Order: sequence, then structure tokens, then C-alpha cells
Amino acid sequence: MIYLLQQGLNALQLGSIYALIALGYTMVYGVLTMINFAHGDFFMVGAFLCFVGAVFLKLSVIPALLLTMIGLAILGVTVERVAYRPLRKAPRVSLIITSLGVGMFLENLILAFNPYPQHIPQFIPDINWNFGGLSLSLLQLLIIVVSILLMLALNFIVMRTMVGTAMRAVSWDKDNVELIGVPVDQVVAITFALGSSLGGAAGFMYSLSYPVIDPYMGVLIGWKAFIAAVVGGIGDIRGAMLGGYILGTLEILVAAFLPSTCRDFVAFSLLIILLMVRPYGIFGKPKTQKV
Amino acid sequence: MNKQIGLSVLAVAAMIFFPGCGNNSGSPTVKIGLIAEISGQIPAVGASCRNAALLSVKQINDAGGIDLGGKKYLIQLLVEDSASKADQAAVVTQKLITQDNVLAIIGPNSSGNALPASEIAEQSKTVLITPWSTNPKTTINAKTGTPKKYVFRACFTDIFEGRVMGKFCHDTLKAQKAAVLFDVATEVFKSQAELFRKSFEAAGGKVVGFETYTTGDKDFSSQLTKIRNAGPDVIFSPSYYTDVSLQVQQARRLGIKVPFVGSDGWSTPELIKMCGKDCEGFYFCNHYSADSENPATRDFVAAYKAAYGTTPDDVAALTWDAFGLLWQALAKSGSIDDREMLRQRLSEGQSYKGVTGSIVFLANSGDPVKGAVIMRIKDGKFVWSSDSQP
Amino acid sequence: MRNKISQKRISFFSRRRFVIPVLTAFFILMLLLPRYHLLNPYLQQVLMYIGINIILAESLNIINGFMGEFSVGHAAFMSIGAYIASILTVKIIPASMLAIGFPLAVIAGGLAAAGVGFLVAIPSFKIRGDYLAIVTLALVMIVKSIIENIDAVGAARGFMGMDRLTTPAWVFFWTVLTVWVTRNFLYSNLGRGMLSIREDEIACELMSVNTRKVKVMGFVVSAFFAGVAGGLFAHLIQYINPSMFDILKSTDILIMIYLGGIGSITGAILGATTYTLVLELLRPLGIWRMVILPLCLIVLMIFRPRGIIGIKEFSWFFPRTDKRVQIKERV
Repeated sequence: MIYLLQQGLNALQLGSIYALIALGYTMVYGVLTMINFAHGDFFMVGAFLCFVGAVFLKLSVIPALLLTMIGLAILGVTVERVAYRPLRKAPRVSLIITSLGVGMFLENLILAFNPYPQHIPQFIPDINWNFGGLSLSLLQLLIIVVSILLMLALNFIVMRTMVGTAMRAVSWDKDNVELIGVPVDQVVAITFALGSSLGGAAGFMYSLSYPVIDPYMGVLIGWKAFIAAVVGGIGDIRGAMLGGYILGTLEILVAAFLPSTCRDFVAFSLLIILLMVRPYGIFGKPKTQKV
Repeated sequence: MNKQIGLSVLAVAAMIFFPGCGNNSGSPTVKIGLIAEISGQIPAVGASCRNAALLSVKQINDAGGIDLGGKKYLIQLLVEDSASKADQAAVVTQKLITQDNVLAIIGPNSSGNALPASEIAEQSKTVLITPWSTNPKTTINAKTGTPKKYVFRACFTDIFEGRVMGKFCHDTLKAQKAAVLFDVATEVFKSQAELFRKSFEAAGGKVVGFETYTTGDKDFSSQLTKIRNAGPDVIFSPSYYTDVSLQVQQARRLGIKVPFVGSDGWSTPELIKMCGKDCEGFYFCNHYSADSENPATRDFVAAYKAAYGTTPDDVAALTWDAFGLLWQALAKSGSIDDREMLRQRLSEGQSYKGVTGSIVFLANSGDPVKGAVIMRIKDGKFVWSSDSQP
Repeated sequence: MRNKISQKRISFFSRRRFVIPVLTAFFILMLLLPRYHLLNPYLQQVLMYIGINIILAESLNIINGFMGEFSVGHAAFMSIGAYIASILTVKIIPASMLAIGFPLAVIAGGLAAAGVGFLVAIPSFKIRGDYLAIVTLALVMIVKSIIENIDAVGAARGFMGMDRLTTPAWVFFWTVLTVWVTRNFLYSNLGRGMLSIREDEIACELMSVNTRKVKVMGFVVSAFFAGVAGGLFAHLIQYINPSMFDILKSTDILIMIYLGGIGSITGAILGATTYTLVLELLRPLGIWRMVILPLCLIVLMIFRPRGIIGIKEFSWFFPRTDKRVQIKERV
């Protein structure tokens, strides 16, 4: 029982990080119907900004997190302006290839300057609590709490503010919503800023839990978070969060009860079965097609 | 429009297919090729390898070149990137051998690249020395099972390392039960894990946990929880140093108090920075010890530090020794372009006293007879603990 | 009134009568390449890489370009083809029969991959678009994970022992075959059905296109050629391991077809050739090669979003029309 609870805590922690990254994918998809494959690399840049903040600027946790999130927001808006906006009218796949290119560029740029993996020194005091065999660390608690807070904040922004309403309007019908006065370019920029800063926050917290960073760390995580976003129903914020937690839980539980070698195999097969049951993801809405 | 496109593609193709027009004339040089994993998944390995190679060549060239039969020749080092991909490794090997006409090749380091490169080198009858590939199959012809004639390595093999660590854990650390945690997708660590298990059980111990993860995983909590429940005396983790620090941290958080033991993947000094106090007292197997009293080692470490600012890791040390082997054999062969003569001199069995120990190749084998070093992490430094001779 | 008959001007070499002779001439050239060292082995290897990449690009083009889906799973098909072909030539076929055994092994690899392609086609009946992309992505990870757990084929250590059976002639043969089959498939009934699925799936169901059959055939043919490419690849490098066929390989193939032109046979050939050549050409840049390459890709995508050649085709690929096009002009 304790074992299950322990693994449950691990799953919550990993799931929170996947959820944050998946949120970034989903927001951009909702607004632009585009999959930003560079998002995993935004996550990696977030981890590196954390490193810069910790080692060179000697900041403490909250300022470093703010630095990461703001830095990523700027990066996201810049990439959108330079690489994605010219392709607004182009076929969707061109955007996908461009995003792959942006991702490769970011990875290799950082690699060119620094090929060695880096270590992030301890930010957070190493406090562990033990509840009768169940160990919880301050770090784990922090990650889960901060992630949930960020997700609630995002939900608030999207559901209760004018900006959020504008974002939802653009995701509903990008081409015609300008007629009623919604500034699509600005809304897209804000969406990118929000989504990228969430990805950066995920990178920040990931690098706190696993303090070794290298330029390729975002690749696999990015693809996995993409799967999480789609399984939850891409375009839907609740879907991204749920998808992230489902993927994190599946991975941890499969490794806990089955030989760890078949973890990937079982987890992804289960995901395919889930998709076959709900072909549009859990919260996804089937798109009506006019014939 | 189509014509323009066609012409530009043709132009690009022509640039590749008709090169070599600008061959530098001037005094003849000895051309050596280096294949390193500069971009791709393991850039740290490629960077260390390249640094050590450039340093070694620079030392020779600063002294006026290598002395072959009374005349001095400068060394021209051609560095190619294998991007840690087997097909790239194969094509750059071809390029170096057939287009650039190098005398010998040093590299690649990772076995996944070294294997295809060694096939091509063997078929083209060119000497290839891999500094770091510990996979036994690199120097063996896969079809016939006999050793390759032109492929050598500067390090010991996984077989030796697994044996050493198995015996060490049982005999020296007096562990009865061991658990293993390793990356199933990286063949080096997988073979080290399996060979450790064989050797530990042959010595009389029992392996109570054999957990795996995949390259890039950072979360080992479920595996470590399982290991904790199995109650081992020691945990063998033949992993890359970046993973080790995470494993130790997470193990501590889960309340695991038993020591970890490692393989040569641990050997970068960065490990101490990452792992800190948690790793105090752990042992691992290494190719060389940076604080050894050996004068060759001291000179190398000092020169590397002066040039690059960090202590050299084992990849750098092995690359340095691979080049040292090459210079020794080259000096004896006396020719700047005779590959066969170079091969003969290399396999003649003359011992080379390198930074990583004394290296000698027995007849018909590309695997050197050399010992391993057991290191201990003490007071925040790597300290030599004992030597393990074959 | 006089009727004028004018002849459509086709450039001299585009006439269809030149197809067979030109291809035969090239084939003979490829046979002679290794024998007489017309090109050094490095350039021969680059040529063979180009050929294999063309096969991969064409096979992905069937699903991504013609059927309009988004598949990132071709690395898995390539992996299966590579392993099956290698196991056959190393463990099962005796050395004396390798000359005939090699093409059979490659075909067997392709068939095995096609079988898995059939399995992937089944979810595609209900799942479309990005959701299908997930299924193909999961396939890559599943295949990689399965192979890593099978010690008999070396698991993560990899599989080796293959002879260097892939020659420029074989690669040329398979490349031409792939392009020929793809082109004929495109202009067949099934191919027309595929294109209509891409445009509007519901409408084409109403027009009695058997969408299930078309999808299955599309996946099967596509996977077959990806498997063939895998078999050729394995016998060129003489070493394979599961991490060679990961998601990065799939995205490489994706870049090749979208670089050249979406949904165009010529585009796939052009994209594969350009990508391979530029990768080799930029070698002198060292570590900056992989920074400049994606930058060029992004710039290219911004200025030519449909790829280098867009949706245009080389005229050899169009179906045969009358030699003279009759245009009646009223004078």
C-alpha cells in the first residue's frame, strides 16, 4: 500500500511536468492549429536559463523562475514573429517542418557553445518528510503545488479574462474573427508567450528535480508531452492537463509493477488502445466536416 | 524555373563530386584522420576527444614534426564529425580513407559508431585505433570470429571491466547481495551490467535486483524503490555520470543507504560537482587516474589544463594514448603513407607507456593487455584506490 | 475557316521514348562503378545514401503526400525491414546462395514491414489527422522497445555480421522500382482514391471509393518500400541497432519530402537528394553544420512554403498523352 502511494507521489510529480509542457502544445494548437515541435526545445532552454540564473546570476528560486518564464515568453514571441507568422497562410505541414527546424537550431546552437552537460546547484533546501515509510521531499511538494497553481492561473486567464476570450475566439475561427475586431496577430503572440513560459517553467522545475541538463534533453520529453496533449484531446486545456497526468502515471506504474525494460512498450500500447476507444482524445471534440 | 532548380542541384552535386582541386602543395605531411562525435547525442565525448587530439598533434608539430628516418614531417589532422550516427560514421570513414587518403584513423569513440567504421577500415586495410570503444566486437570480425587485423583499441574491453568490478564487489567490499541499475538502450552499459552479474555470481554473490531504464530517463524512483525493497549490500550502476548523480540523489531521498559502485562511465570529474557529498566513499572502475604519480600523466594533465582549463576525462586520456601509440608505431615505420607497415609496427608487441597505463598488443589481437584502475571518491576528489591487473 | 494543328512543344529529352534507354544506361553505369572505380568509394557511398533516402522519401510520400495523413512512423518500418533482412542473410541463408538470397531477404524485410503497416492501417479507419500521428509515433517507440528486449538479435548491442551486399546497382534498381511503382500507384484507381481521401474523405465515400481498401493498400505499399530501404541500409553499414531508427530518423525523412515538395514524386526525389548532398557539403563547417542546416531549412520554408518544387512534376511522370495535341484554332 505504501509502495503504491509512494509511486503515486512520483507519478504526480512527473505528471505535473508533462502537463505543463502539454499545455504549451495545446494552447498553440488551439489558436493556430499548428503543432509546435520546437516546444520540447523551449523546455530545454528553460532548463538552461535556470542554470544561468543559478550559476551566473546567483538568484534564488522565485526570481530565477520569473527570469526563466519571462525569457521563454520573449523567445516564444520572437520565434513566432520570425518563423511562423510568414507562414500563416501556408499549408499546415510547412509550419510543422519549420518548427522542427527551429527545434534543431536551438539544440545545436546551445551545443555549439557548450557540449558538456551542466549541473545545477541545490536551490531548494533538502528537506524530506517521512510519513511511516512514505517519503516526501520539499522539492516534490513544490513542483506539484507550483504546477497546479500555474495551471489554475492559466485556466483563469483563458476562461475569465478578455484576453482569454479573445484566444478562445481565435481558436474557434481564425480567419473570420478579425471581422469583429479581434487583433489576431496580438492574440497569437500572447498565446505563444503564455504557452512558452509554461514550457519554460516546466523546464525550470524539471531541472530542479533532475539537476543535470544537456542540449538534447527536450527532444524525448517534447514528443512524450505531445502524445499526452493529443491523448487528452488537443486544443483543450483540461485535456492537456489530464493527458500529462495519465502519461506520467502510466510510465511510473508500468515501471513499478512490470519489468522496467518493457515500460515504453506497454505504456505506449495502452495509449494507442485509449485512442482507439476515444479517437479524438479524452476531451477532444469531433470536428464536423461539411461535405 | 525547373531549369534553374535543376542547374542548382547539379552545381551542388558538382561541388561534392569534384573536390580535391585545391590540394595544398608544399612540404609533404602525415595525414591522420580523427572521427569524433562532435554534434549529436554525446557531444561531451566528442569535445574531449577532439581537444586531446588537437593537443597531441600540436605538441608534435610545435617540436617541428615527427621524425621519420631522419626527416621531420608535420602532422595534418583531419577532423570529421560522426554526429553519433552509424551511417555518418561509415561515410566519413570512407571519406577519410578514400578521398583524403589519411594514413590512419583515430576514433570513433562510441561503439555504435566504431563498429561500422571498423568494418570499413578493415576492408580498406587502414589502421584504425578507437580510444574508448569497449565493446569486444569492435576488434573481432563478426562473420568469422577471428580478430580484425587493422583495428586496435586503446582501452580495455567490457568483459574485463565487468569481471573486475564483480570480483571487487565480492572480494574487496565483501558484498553478498548486489543490485544493478543500468541503461538498457546503451550497449556499453548493458554488457557491463550483464558481465558484472556473471562475475559477481561466479564469485559467490547473489544479484537481487536487475533494474533497467532507457537513455534520457531522469526519473529512477520506481526502479530504486524496487531495489530498496530487495535489500542489497551494494548497487552497481554502470551508467554515464550524468545519470549517476541523479540516481544517487533519488536513492538518498528514498532512504537507500548502501553504497553505489560504478564503471568507466563515472570517470568525468564533473561527477563530483554534480553528486557532491552523496557520492563520498564510492568506488568505480576507470581507465586512468588523473592524480597518478606517473610523470607522463602529470605532464598530460598539466598541458590539458593549461590549454582547456579543465582536468582531462578518460576519453581525453585514452585519445592521448591512442595518438601516442600511433606516434610510436609511426616513428618505427618511417613512412608517411605506408599503411601496411604502420599496422605491422603497431601490432609488434612493443609496450607503450601511456597515461592510462602500459599498453601492449599481443600477436593477432587489437585488444591491449592493460590493467584497470579502481578509483574512490574521497574528500570531493577522485583518489586512486587500487590497480587491477589482468 | 482553317483548322490549325499545332504541336505541343516538349523539350527533346522529355519525350517518353527516352525513359527506358536512359535508365538502362544509368544501370550499366552503376554496375561498372565499383568494378572500375569510376568514383571513389566515399562518393559511391554518398550515392547509395541518396538512393536509399529517395526510396524512404517516396514511401513516406504515399502516406503524407498522397493520402494527406501525418505519419512519423517510417523509422519503425525501416527498422523492421533492416532486422528481418539482416537476420535472414546472416543466420538463415547459406553463404553460397547470397547472390540470390540478398534480394529475397530485402523483399522479405519489406514484406514484414508491410505486415506491420497493415496493422497500423487499422486504427487509421477511425483515427485521423494528428491523432494518427500519435499512433505512428507510438509505433516507433514500441518497435524500438521490443527490439531492445530481444537478446537474440543483440538488443541494444546491435546486430552485425552482414556482408556488404548493397551495391550502387542494387540501390539504383530498387530506387527506380520504387519510383515506378509509386507513380503507377498514383495514377491507378487506388491512387486516385487516395488523392480524393486527402481532399475530402466523406465526399469520396459517397462516390463509392472503398476508403478502407485504399488506406490499407497505401500503408502496406508505403511500409513495404520503407522496409526495403531498411534492408539495403543494413547491408551497407553492416551494423544496426535500435537507436538508429528513432524519432529523429522519422523527422529526417519528413524534412526530405516537405523540403522537396509536398505530394510530388519529383519533389521527394529532389528533397532526398538535396538533403543528403547538403549534409555532406556542409561538413567543413564542423560543429556549425547542424546550426546552419536548420537555419537554411527555415529560410527555405518561409520563402517556398510548398517545398523547392511545390506540386509540380517532372514530365516523365505524367500519364501518356497523345504525341500531338490537337488545338483547333479559328482563323
